[in-house]
Amino acid sequence: MILSVASGKGGTGKTTVSAALAWAWKAPLDLMDLDVEAPNLHLFLDPEIEACEKAHLEIPTVDASRCTHCQMCSKLCQFKAISDMGRTLLIFPEMCHGCGGCLAVCPEKALKPGLRELGEVCWGQAGEQGFFMGRLRVGEAMSPPLMREVKARWKRSGQTQKRDLIIDAPPGTSCPAVNAVMDSDVICLVTEPTPFGLYDLKLAVEAFRPLGIPMGVVVNRYGVGDAAVFDFCSQAGLPVLAKIPFSRSLAQAYANGRVLTRAEPALVPLFRDLADQLQRMGRQAKEVPGDA
Amino acid sequence: MKSIAVSAEGPSMDDPVDPRFGRAAGFLLVDPDTLATEYIDNGASQARAQGAGIQAAETLARAGVQVVLTGFVGPKAFAALSGAGIQVVQNLDGLTVRQAVEKFKNNAVTPSSAPNSPGGRN
Repeated sequence: MILSVASGKGGTGKTTVSAALAWAWKAPLDLMDLDVEAPNLHLFLDPEIEACEKAHLEIPTVDASRCTHCQMCSKLCQFKAISDMGRTLLIFPEMCHGCGGCLAVCPEKALKPGLRELGEVCWGQAGEQGFFMGRLRVGEAMSPPLMREVKARWKRSGQTQKRDLIIDAPPGTSCPAVNAVMDSDVICLVTEPTPFGLYDLKLAVEAFRPLGIPMGVVVNRYGVGDAAVFDFCSQAGLPVLAKIPFSRSLAQAYANGRVLTRAEPALVPLFRDLADQLQRMGRQAKEVPGDA
Repeated sequence: MKSIAVSAEGPSMDDPVDPRFGRAAGFLLVDPDTLATEYIDNGASQARAQGAGIQAAETLARAGVQVVLTGFVGPKAFAALSGAGIQVVQNLDGLTVRQAVEKFKNNAVTPSSAPNSPGGRN
């Protein structure tokens, strides 16, 4: 089963929860950091990286001598990555989403595949657990293509049927966040009991609910703010699976790159219980696909 | 005489030059001899998440424009305008369309050889 740890708001504790769940997970497990713009799960799990590979997106390049300016490519492109200016066919590589449509429709074979570097995919071992992460190239604007490459690397491990996967998702509710969680069996939404936390939790629920994946909520920094997050969860039918207390010592442990269950043994039962609940939700969803 | 387009906040010669090229409200096509004008709405470019400058350049190329007078042009829009053989005059923000055209007619402007804005989603 695949579990995604996500949130609308950034800085609510996705990585904190992912790392502690990794510690508490009983079944064979792999971990994946898909927050490719700012990956940080490795700082907590300290994996041994075996290899890093550059990842690329296929983009068009033009052979101007063959182009007849028929504009079939530029009319097809929805992203203005290819623009026919009458006497010049212009390609804007950074705008390209890599669909390959222009290469397919060109009747003159004037377009040839080229590559845009997306960043790198790294993998290795964190103890018994496999570890996968992406790191976006500085200046690259699109993260979903690199995220797909990280997932593809995990699939090539050949262990996906035997091992669970926890995905540390990027914050937000746009394409990167949806791409991270879309093929999960269960989503753990991390929030905080503040107006900010509530506002972005609502957005996340709205964005992810159409996916039909069961969701549960972890309230971090429990003790600050108010009860509005809990009211929302009960109205929306979202189970609150755990409440992590607001405490200075936990913040210090995080700042020192420590996994909470190691730094604060009192939290071990909380994360064991959370892991059990999420595994149960994920396995149920896997048995009855679509019935979420 | 050359066909001029001025990025404009509105359809009249006395409207301000829109400082943004790609996301300008519209373009005033001006015949510099007769000062006859035609307004092209740029709403289609404004609505784009990205590629506004490229779209605007395509619009002007289709309209047969040879010179564009504007404020700031990003690198992709500049490449598109250059590809279409359109001359670019930047940094005319703060003027009205009429003042910009007068300046151009008096040869008091210099066509740019490079974009003057980082561009992209602004």
